[in-house]
Amino acid sequence: MYEFNYQRPKSLADAAKALKSAGDGGKLVAGGQTLIPTLKQRLAQPSDLIDLGGLKDLAGIKVEGGKVTIGALTTHAEVAHSAAVQKAIPALAALAEGIGDPQVRNRGTIGGSVANADPAADYPAGVVGLGATVHTNERTIAADQFFTGLFTTALKPGEIVTAVSFPVPQKAGYAKFPNPASRYCVVAVMAAKTADGVRVAVTGAGPSVFRVKEMEAALGKNWAPAAVDGIKVAPANLNQDIHASAEYRAHLVGVMARRAIEAAG
Amino acid sequence: MAQDGIGASVRRKEDFRFLIGRGLYTDDIKRPGQTHAYILRSNQAHAELRKVDTEAAKRMPGVLAVFVGTDMEADKVGGLPCGWLIKNKDGSPMKEPPHPPLAIGRVRHVGDPVAVVVAETREQAKDAAERIEVDYKPLPAVASIAAAIKPGAPQIWDVAPGNTCYDWHIGDKAAVDAVFAKAHHVAKIDLYNNRLVPNAMEPRAAIGEYDAASGDYTLYTTSQNPHVIRLLMGAFVLHLPEHKLRVYAPDVGGGFGSKIYHYAEEAIVTWAAPKVGRPIKWTAERSESFMSDAHGRDHLTHAEMALDKDGKFLALRVATNANMGAYLSTFASCIPTYLYATLLAGVYTTPIVYCEVRAVFTNTVPVDAYRGAGRPEATFLLERLVDIAARDMKMDPVAIRRKNFIAATAFPYQTPVALQYDSGNYQATLDQALKAADWAGFEGRRAEAKKRGKLRGIGVSTYIEACGIAPSNVAGALGARAGLFEAAEVRVHPTGSVTVFTGSHSHGQGHETTFSQLVADQLGIPFDNVEIVHGDTAKIPFGMGTYGSRSLAVGGTALVKAVDKIIAKGKKIAAHMLEASEADIEFKDGKFTVAGTDRSKAFGEIALSAYIPHNYPLDQLEPGLDETAFYDPKNFTFPAGCHICELEIDPQTGTTHIAKFTAVDDVGRVINPMIVEGQVQGGVGQGIGQALLENCVYDKDGQLVTGSMLDYCMPRADDLPSIGVATHATLCAHNPLGVKGCGEVGAIGSPPAVINAVVDALRDYGVKHMDMPATPMKVWQTIRAASPKQAAE
Repeated sequence: MYEFNYQRPKSLADAAKALKSAGDGGKLVAGGQTLIPTLKQRLAQPSDLIDLGGLKDLAGIKVEGGKVTIGALTTHAEVAHSAAVQKAIPALAALAEGIGDPQVRNRGTIGGSVANADPAADYPAGVVGLGATVHTNERTIAADQFFTGLFTTALKPGEIVTAVSFPVPQKAGYAKFPNPASRYCVVAVMAAKTADGVRVAVTGAGPSVFRVKEMEAALGKNWAPAAVDGIKVAPANLNQDIHASAEYRAHLVGVMARRAIEAAG
Repeated sequence: MAQDGIGASVRRKEDFRFLIGRGLYTDDIKRPGQTHAYILRSNQAHAELRKVDTEAAKRMPGVLAVFVGTDMEADKVGGLPCGWLIKNKDGSPMKEPPHPPLAIGRVRHVGDPVAVVVAETREQAKDAAERIEVDYKPLPAVASIAAAIKPGAPQIWDVAPGNTCYDWHIGDKAAVDAVFAKAHHVAKIDLYNNRLVPNAMEPRAAIGEYDAASGDYTLYTTSQNPHVIRLLMGAFVLHLPEHKLRVYAPDVGGGFGSKIYHYAEEAIVTWAAPKVGRPIKWTAERSESFMSDAHGRDHLTHAEMALDKDGKFLALRVATNANMGAYLSTFASCIPTYLYATLLAGVYTTPIVYCEVRAVFTNTVPVDAYRGAGRPEATFLLERLVDIAARDMKMDPVAIRRKNFIAATAFPYQTPVALQYDSGNYQATLDQALKAADWAGFEGRRAEAKKRGKLRGIGVSTYIEACGIAPSNVAGALGARAGLFEAAEVRVHPTGSVTVFTGSHSHGQGHETTFSQLVADQLGIPFDNVEIVHGDTAKIPFGMGTYGSRSLAVGGTALVKAVDKIIAKGKKIAAHMLEASEADIEFKDGKFTVAGTDRSKAFGEIALSAYIPHNYPLDQLEPGLDETAFYDPKNFTFPAGCHICELEIDPQTGTTHIAKFTAVDDVGRVINPMIVEGQVQGGVGQGIGQALLENCVYDKDGQLVTGSMLDYCMPRADDLPSIGVATHATLCAHNPLGVKGCGEVGAIGSPPAVINAVVDALRDYGVKHMDMPATPMKVWQTIRAASPKQAAE
């Protein structure tokens, strides 16, 4: 680990100020489940590490007005074990329960996960699949506009994720095919029937989370597992590594979509 | 049976200190004035080292010294030696390229040590290492056996043309070929036995220390065999006399073979300690372990079995290419030869076997023994080939095995590949396993699984292995450069408690418990009155250490021999005290008794008399009660057994789920059933890991793709089934305890059982073989290739 200035602001405003003044060298840390290993391996060299751990207001879960709003510092374990989330959006609780291992779930946060935009993370499928809204210290960003590519988001310099709000769907299901080694998503699918229509979001398969419009259309007509049979995703732009070829990932998108719909009921 | 004697599942006494975090591992040791070393490692698979500029690094804060290979060379430091000479088919010796602790002139694998920085802190050493400028001239690399043996392949060593270390064989080729020429059927297999990264929980570590006042060196290290390290490093590398070099391997968190070898870092910190004038500690990070611990397996093999029309095995013919990596690790050369080809008869009466092995250098981490070491490779090949033969001949896989088993009455049994099996009952372990696994009910379960859309398969493996290495004279005749005895000292204290000094080394095996049970049982004293000391060359007699499941069979026998000497001397003392003839003294349950009388002396009384010899035959007997024994085994031991795996494949994803795993192992007499069960479960866990999950991958340029746990898939609890373990003992015929060894059976018997089950699950797809690991993608691709229509559904 290289040396850095450690800051622990007491307010969101102070955190934003610290981040802005640190410029390119500033880095936020919440649960640290990606950043700390990266630092330990000397793969990142931030000048300033701004610890959001003091911003207690950013943690917590609220269910009101047909929405589940989860504070950015809420851990995966808290989401997974929240009776309110389990009741309102069981698929979201199930997603959180399948992230990493107990240690990761007890430290990792939803804000950190969405801001990091790892192509193999679970939350991007949840956020896009459920049509969530990302709240920041400056504005709100619709899920479809938030994830812009590999490890990139619509967040501007100095902008901090404060919460993610999920409209409660009529039905939703999540199915994940984990990487056998890392347990990140090789392919995972969130399928949801919402007031605004059906959404099918895929994480792990591509450079960034994406929706499968053809499946959404088919499910819009007939919400049933069989509706996605035969709908293929082209392997052309999908990820490949030693664990899964692009063809295999493309195949798994179909299998996981079907299983997500089965899970949704 | 005493509550804590032989055969009792006594809880492990060593676990208390581990559970409360008070174990003492090498990295826990903090020596006064200790400094920290960081090794700069090659990021190139193969490159000329044009220049290593350490000037800027030397000026960094906290830096005490920076050394490169030429510094060690100038000090006449020797290369890391190989402990086993293998001869080529023509009788010439294998090629032994030099193995300097720090690279000189060329680097040959990613992770090859280039320089060492010694600093006040580890972070300072790492900071400084980033300032070392290495001018690499990249050379073409060969990262696999296939690439290394291609005509015109880049050459790693000038002394080893064709990247060949040796070209060895065993058996009569012409005679085997003649049998094949007339055989009714020939079953064939081509396989790759996947390369594994051991990944003991504790990474390797070493502390080198030099006392300028006494001239004594101390090396604290994560070793399975401290005396072997002292001998190799002292005599061959650093030229230090053994009486001035202490090697101490304290608590060690797992070895699995990877901590047998003498590694560069041990020599580097010991050599540099007097130069820096302070102790130097080095501890590997996990990513360093991946690129510097010796790897395991990595065989490319073609094998053929000749059969008669009834399915009787007539002959076996095997050609294996074995990956050695870039350098010869300590025992690398003997693994694919004498620990592999000699096991190819298996539990079968195959009358004639020929095996040729070419050992190949590649630009990869050295390969050496890993849990099972050669025997898993032999077993996988043979047990797959037997299944293929059964399938070819339309025979039941169990029936073909029974037909070819060595009969329980046939021992001692001389195999065609040098070994003589002393005992066993393969029919019995098979029967017991078939029953426990409900083999007979499988087709019903398969049909039920099919209704759920799952492909259910069952696989059997009937394996044998050789443990308790080894009769020294036999090993020596085969090229071993070491003896393979074991030593034990039993020191009885005046009050009758006992300290045992063993040359075996425990790094998870539970010797402190098993050996205490053994000694308590034999001397008739309380379990808690026995202390086991191991790992420190300053305390223990010269011992060969722990590997190859040898601790109980060889180390335990040395212990029994030392205990026997104690009892023999105790009888003399008792005879004097009881005024009886020595021949009339019986020893039982901790008492020396004049036969046929109630006159006796307790063990403690005899011990006290030995140290306070007032009423003692001083004219005939020395005082004291402290005996040492060295035991050189008469033969290997031959654990064997049957493993059965039942699993389900999800054809949609290719995922394999193990439904049930049954292991019935004959490990000879069992001292502590709980520890044996744990050993078998751990071994099966690693075997399932090899079969389904683990795979070390290099890209074609020699970069290590699976360099961390993100990509290298170690088995986790949820990958493993509940493993049913049972034992069926036939006693080893040539050691007094009748023990055979249990450390490796799990990793040896299980991989072919798993793959046989995978192939069985895919029987409708015409799949004949699948290499390990049977990953979801590989299974899915296999299904799709066999039947695109079904896979797409």
